[in-house]
Amino acid sequence: MGAETSKHTTSRQKDGPAIETSGLVKVFGENRAVDGIDLRVPAGTVYGVLGPNGAGKTTAVRMLATLLRPDGGEARVFGHDVQREADAVRARVSLTGQYASVDEDLTGTENLVLLARLLGHSKPAARKRAAMLLESFGLADAAGRQVKQYSGGMRRRIDIAASILNTPDLLFLDEPTTGLDPRSRNQVWDIVRAVVAQGTTVLLTTQYLDEADQLAGRIAVIDHGRVIAEGTPGQLKSSVGAGSVHLRLRDGGQREEARQVLSQTLAAQVQLEADPVALTARVLGDGTERGAAEQAALALAELTRSGITVDHFSLGQPSLDEVFLALTDRPAHDEQPPDGTSRNGPSHGGPSHRGPSQNGHAAEETTP
Amino acid sequence: MNTSPASARTPASARTAGTPQPSTSSTGGLPAVLVTGKRPPRPSALSVSMTFGWRAMLKIKHVPEQLFDVTAFPIMMTLMFTYLFGGALAGSTTEYLQFLLPGIMVMSVVMTTMYTGVSVNTDIEKGVFDRFRTLPIWRPAPMVGYLLGDAFRYTMASVVILAVGLVLGFRPGGGVLGVLAGIALLVAFSFAFSWLWTMFGLLLRTEKSVMGVSMMVLFPLTFLSNILVEPRTMPGWLQAFVDVNPITHLVAAVRGLMEGEWPAGEIMWTLIAGGLLIAVFGTLTMRLYNRK
Repeated sequence: MGAETSKHTTSRQKDGPAIETSGLVKVFGENRAVDGIDLRVPAGTVYGVLGPNGAGKTTAVRMLATLLRPDGGEARVFGHDVQREADAVRARVSLTGQYASVDEDLTGTENLVLLARLLGHSKPAARKRAAMLLESFGLADAAGRQVKQYSGGMRRRIDIAASILNTPDLLFLDEPTTGLDPRSRNQVWDIVRAVVAQGTTVLLTTQYLDEADQLAGRIAVIDHGRVIAEGTPGQLKSSVGAGSVHLRLRDGGQREEARQVLSQTLAAQVQLEADPVALTARVLGDGTERGAAEQAALALAELTRSGITVDHFSLGQPSLDEVFLALTDRPAHDEQPPDGTSRNGPSHGGPSHRGPSQNGHAAEETTP
Repeated sequence: MNTSPASARTPASARTAGTPQPSTSSTGGLPAVLVTGKRPPRPSALSVSMTFGWRAMLKIKHVPEQLFDVTAFPIMMTLMFTYLFGGALAGSTTEYLQFLLPGIMVMSVVMTTMYTGVSVNTDIEKGVFDRFRTLPIWRPAPMVGYLLGDAFRYTMASVVILAVGLVLGFRPGGGVLGVLAGIALLVAFSFAFSWLWTMFGLLLRTEKSVMGVSMMVLFPLTFLSNILVEPRTMPGWLQAFVDVNPITHLVAAVRGLMEGEWPAGEIMWTLIAGGLLIAVFGTLTMRLYNRK
């Protein structure tokens, strides 16, 4: 928290938004992968782009990182047009792609030295920087091994290390934790937090609401190449409900009774699961005085009072599925684009969907 | 007083117990490495190209099997054609070798140029290409780097063939200087010719199609030339093709250099062809590279 750091941060923030796009479009044949995206990412923050597979997240990031030419609209990174001033953009950004953006045939050290040399460091400086990064990313032991022998978590770390050889002003992280175990995911999260604390802006794409919630100051939800909702994690979740309670009863015969108790105490929809002893209830966050956990605890107490034995109880965050259901009335993993052109905006009224049964376990899927 | 053993034990026990927050320990030194201070100035085009060339050398170090096509393949070609055609075409294998060796060297090296396209194509599939393309560097540098690495391979193939030739009885009249000049011209032309493959490497979708197209181009170019036989006995239309085939001029130049003549006309022809290849296919390669 030295004066130097804060000075560094403010000088970057003076530049205005890190990213500004208007009507950004990319078409692949018939498919409008990105269909008019407007974004404004403030400098010095983590901005989450949330969406299912095929929503256009990666395409949007690739355009912003100068890897793809937009077919329409405009995108500026720190005020530089991504097409006309691509080199100025490249000088300030780094990209960690969905697949390891390092050379798998080379060792960890060789990869970092190579990139440091390409960024203009002298040989000794490049070696020193590589060793430092490998050490602090917990990769010192693997420094001499080829990257193809690395585990998924190690790959992501070497990849991010490669992206911060020169601290970038803007770092793109495209699904940095997809496929990682919880421990590796936490390590990546720690790195992201440390990076942003130094004043770097991070644009993070993810499929996990949980991840966006943990890291991002603002989130844009993308579906079919369009932004369907934008706001802070809090705003987004309150439009969806604070979470869902998942219960397993000892006696399946008490399920109907439990359903009634829950729908009275939580004033929300209760869903019976395929599992005959399980049920899921949504907890609404908006317009209630009590927090989600408090409400859930009260509901649990009420069940106990009614003589219902509960074996398992969990409160999960709303999943991406639930966000999508609330925003689009269809689940996130629906690959088929809708025929109609009408796309629902962020509907803040109570979503009127009749929850399909696959929605039930989703709350736990996002919190591994 | 007992603080030091306790603190020494804590990290070890934490590791063995597998506590749920090991992340802070492994990334503890992070803030220090994140601030890099002043960025170094942008490196020159030459410097980044050399760095990419170094990458190609590292890849050879890690995957030495890829040198198979510049060692075993040329030896096989030399032996095969010397003993297959030697008796029939020149009366004796030793005599034929005097004629064949510079040509077979050109054939082997020009044929190995197609691996440039294959390696470009396989690299694109991987994320590392994205990283290179987001770097603020001279744009053609990654491509030039491939070719510099390949120039090493071409040199190696040439030296292998020369060694086999010398063992079999090839006696170059041009001496060391003539042979070196011949190899240098061959490597330089192959460097230029490889831009054709970087273009196809970027243009075509799969490694297999790159191989397919390469074969379609390389077989006529190398066989329909003066490599194996003098074009005198060929039909007129074929002679017309052979005459404009740049490989013919390259072979004539290399053959002349190794024999101690300095065929200025053929050397000029080869260099101009090389320059045109770079101008056309280098430009197309970079256009595709920027569009990709």
